[in-house]
Amino acid sequence: MIELYVLLVAMLAAAVVAIEIKDLLAAAVSMGMVGFSVAILFILVQAPDLAIVQIVVEILAVVFFAAVILRTTHDDSTVQLRITSRMILPAVLYGIFVLMFVAVMTSVLRELPVFGSPLMRVAGNYLAVGLNQSGAANLVTAIVLDFRAYDTIGEAVVLFTAVVGVLTIVRQIGRKADAGEEHA
Amino acid sequence: MSRGMTVIVQSVTRLVAGMLFLFGCYIVLHGHLTPGGGFAGGVLIAAAFILVSLAFGSVENVEQHRYTFSSVFESLGGLGFLAIGLAGYLAGHQFLSNLWPKVGEPLTLFSAGTIPLANIAIAMKVGAGLFAIFLALGASRFVMKD
Repeated sequence: MIELYVLLVAMLAAAVVAIEIKDLLAAAVSMGMVGFSVAILFILVQAPDLAIVQIVVEILAVVFFAAVILRTTHDDSTVQLRITSRMILPAVLYGIFVLMFVAVMTSVLRELPVFGSPLMRVAGNYLAVGLNQSGAANLVTAIVLDFRAYDTIGEAVVLFTAVVGVLTIVRQIGRKADAGEEHA
Repeated sequence: MSRGMTVIVQSVTRLVAGMLFLFGCYIVLHGHLTPGGGFAGGVLIAAAFILVSLAFGSVENVEQHRYTFSSVFESLGGLGFLAIGLAGYLAGHQFLSNLWPKVGEPLTLFSAGTIPLANIAIAMKVGAGLFAIFLALGASRFVMKD
């Protein structure tokens, strides 16, 4: 299990780099590192379905970010590392909030089953009847598309909304700018 | 203004893109047997198209054509998934329930009732949707700095 914690530390480091670094391309690469570490984590805890999805989606996300950054700008103008006196009060408040959150979460997390030994109340039933009731050998697909198909339809709606949103916001501006470029 | 990437990227793309597409189809069609499914396979198919249009660039009217293509496919996928759900409802079960789960032999390609059909519908929807986002972001009009 030691590799799990090594990966977790690497992910935390990469996430901090992705937020704080000024070069947007480097930030996109660090974000990709977080995503691929998640994919390796999924493989380590034996979830190949999620690992495949994570790898492909992460590749696409990094390609999207890299292509857009290469077309526009490398500089993240919002990053500022200077600490001013106005930042002290929010920082203190946030620290107090984090302490309270950790205190509450530790008492909640004690109630959860130990990592690696799930309760298997619902999952045990799926494992027992899954192949017979759905006919699908891959139980993950049987759950996603048969027992829990409503969740899948919700996911499809989320993706549809995202696509429609991107198309409405981005496309018109892009067309106008491009038409001007062609005629110039 | 040169479009597309260098010869190296283009040659590798010629070799890889078809295999990527086929692997996506395999993951979709075998979603009920092996790890993977509609979402992963759809993203892989979208990745094959995105690879081609990144490597070779794309011309304006071709892109418009592809855009209509992908939006039609996305709508078809979404409607197909809903139609499969409605078919379960009309057959007298609950909405989205699996029809004919006993047809075909388990562990073979033709099994699991409507699950493979739903996988294909989701793959069409996801792949076309992601490709449409890619086209909308204008990332395919990649210009190399000489």
